[in-house]
Amino acid sequence: MKLLKKLIAALAFAPAMVLASGGTFPLDHAPDRSTDLPALQNGAKLFVNYCLNCHSASAMRYNRLKDIGLTDDQIKQNLLFTGEKVGDLMKTTMSAKDAKEWFGAVPPDLSVIARAKASGDGTGADWIYTYLRTYYKDDSRPTGWNNKVFPNVGMPHVLWELQGEQEEKFVEEKDPHDASKKVHKFVGFDLVKPGTMNKIEYDNAVGDLVAYMQWMGEPAQNTRRRLGVWVLLFLATLATLAWRLNASYWKEVK
Amino acid sequence: MAFVEKKLPADAPVVDKALNWVDSRFPLTKLWNDQWGKYYAPKNFNFWYIFGSLAMLVLVIQIVTGIFLVMHYKPDANLAFASVEYIMRDVPWGWLVRYMHSTGASAFFIVVYLHMTRAFLYGSYRKPRELIWLFGFAIFLCLMAEAFFGYLLPWGQMSYWGAQVIVNLFGAIPFIGPDLSLWIRGDYVVSDATLNRFFSFHVIAIPLVLLGLVAAHLIALHEVGSNNPDGIEIKDNIGPDGHPVDGVPSHPYYTFHDIFGVTVFLTIFSAVVFFAPEMGGYFLEYNNFIPADSLKTPSHIAPTWYFTPFYSILRATTSEFLFVVQAGVVAYVALIWLTTKLPQLLKIAIAAIALVAIAGMMPGALDAKFWGVVLFGGSVMILALLPWLDVSPVKSIRYRPDWHKYVYIVFGIAFVALGYLGVQAPSPIGERVSQVCAVIYFGFFMLMPWWSAMGTFKPVPKRVTFAAH
Repeated sequence: MKLLKKLIAALAFAPAMVLASGGTFPLDHAPDRSTDLPALQNGAKLFVNYCLNCHSASAMRYNRLKDIGLTDDQIKQNLLFTGEKVGDLMKTTMSAKDAKEWFGAVPPDLSVIARAKASGDGTGADWIYTYLRTYYKDDSRPTGWNNKVFPNVGMPHVLWELQGEQEEKFVEEKDPHDASKKVHKFVGFDLVKPGTMNKIEYDNAVGDLVAYMQWMGEPAQNTRRRLGVWVLLFLATLATLAWRLNASYWKEVK
Repeated sequence: MAFVEKKLPADAPVVDKALNWVDSRFPLTKLWNDQWGKYYAPKNFNFWYIFGSLAMLVLVIQIVTGIFLVMHYKPDANLAFASVEYIMRDVPWGWLVRYMHSTGASAFFIVVYLHMTRAFLYGSYRKPRELIWLFGFAIFLCLMAEAFFGYLLPWGQMSYWGAQVIVNLFGAIPFIGPDLSLWIRGDYVVSDATLNRFFSFHVIAIPLVLLGLVAAHLIALHEVGSNNPDGIEIKDNIGPDGHPVDGVPSHPYYTFHDIFGVTVFLTIFSAVVFFAPEMGGYFLEYNNFIPADSLKTPSHIAPTWYFTPFYSILRATTSEFLFVVQAGVVAYVALIWLTTKLPQLLKIAIAAIALVAIAGMMPGALDAKFWGVVLFGGSVMILALLPWLDVSPVKSIRYRPDWHKYVYIVFGIAFVALGYLGVQAPSPIGERVSQVCAVIYFGFFMLMPWWSAMGTFKPVPKRVTFAAH
């Protein structure tokens, strides 16, 4: 009977079992800055300056940025360039037709991209964080750029001025399965032309950008967690009272 | 007969007078007493008996949150995805309502699966409760339909392709299949027309049927009385007050018992809603944050977790597996002929049906996909037969032979394994394991008329097992 109970408890938790899928580029962990307002604000600035020219974030209103500590005036003066109103959605001016012609595909809307890119390999933030740091020069591609996480990506390296230009670095290693053969193994990147930021600064900037995109995927998330603590405390108290109330009724049942 | 209203003294409280006025015209007090207030339930209910009330609670949560979602949701292929994000961002408390609804969908299935497990353990579907079980089974079907139709509404990639795959299953039916799936979709692919009709089913048709069935389920239950972990009838032992000795009135005992259960459930439910609404991609799938795109097929399409045990059976049915099914059908007919005393005509009919099925499974006849759909449907429908498949002399697992417990454990493991494999991408090993589990699944039910009566049963007590609190 005990075993049966355990088994059925396991059934309830079966959905929590996460499946692993392998064979893809290992993802780095994005730093958690979901409540770090200066980082989110810097991320918002990078996002509006670098991403929003081609991508939209059409579920996101500019004035929602007030949630991460910006005022309407700050938003107007720093983030609105083409006559949008502060209550507008983050639409892009590039037409889908042009985009298709220039990049071969319409750049996806980024409103919830950080949620869409989650998988068994890591969170969506991990994916974007690794993706934006693994662009490398590849002359075989029309844009001259390729990416480790998203091979043959249509988007060129938009942040190249900041990161600089890097190339893949390989070493020849003995094949562990066949000593007579060598394998061409990717070990990292060579910076061939430095950007305006060094590696630490660049990683930090991308960390901010990713934190912003993660926040933008669900702007209510911090409210949700804050409120959740109170809800659980309330329900735990209520459950305790209900437990004792129930016991006081059942005391008389013999 | 002339209408006679009970006379209350002139100084009776206003509430009593009002109630008397209503009771003379509508059986309000009688309904309350029959259905709950004076409904005597066994006093030995355990943990497993909370899930009926919880299912009711989740139903209410789904209906109430659903009403508010419909106020802001747009059932239009061009607007649906954005309207969900609008609810998540611009509608005050929209995120909470939406998360409650999406978490509620999974919670509904968790609660209902546990509720059904209880019935399995204590034989709650046995005579005289067959109709309760059948109403419950119909509720389960409605729930699956409700979840399936509702899952298309966010119009994400998984919504879209999940619906596409399931509707295409109907295409496997010989002759009428392609036209049938076209008729269901209302278009050649899942499209705006499909979204609109699924919306209609999700918010009107199925909930109406569901509510009716829930009422029938409860009325039938309160008519025959609840089963209990000992599987004995408390009505067989009536005390001097005319009520079962081992029963307690639902109010106040089970009222407060259930309120306690509800608070514990809501604590767990809220922990998910507020801290893990995606539940690792199982309650809200990651791919569903990408808007539906009829030109981009996702590499791995899986239904939501609560469908996967049955979906796995569908996937396990390969042309190779059909040989196993054929052998199984032959063995089953032989078993019926050799060990049962059914009328000769019925035996011949069974053999004839089996012969047609075996012929249909021959290579070059109906393809494996069709039989996959048959087994998929059969794996759900077979649940309805449970009251007539189980012939054990006792209801509760407590008084069954010990080895019966292992049969249930193996069945449970097979069911969970099927569910687990159904969310995984297909693999050769997974396919083999799911085939073994599918055999166990069907074997459990189809052989039940034999194994459930076998072994040494323990004596069933006259009174329920109950330790005072």
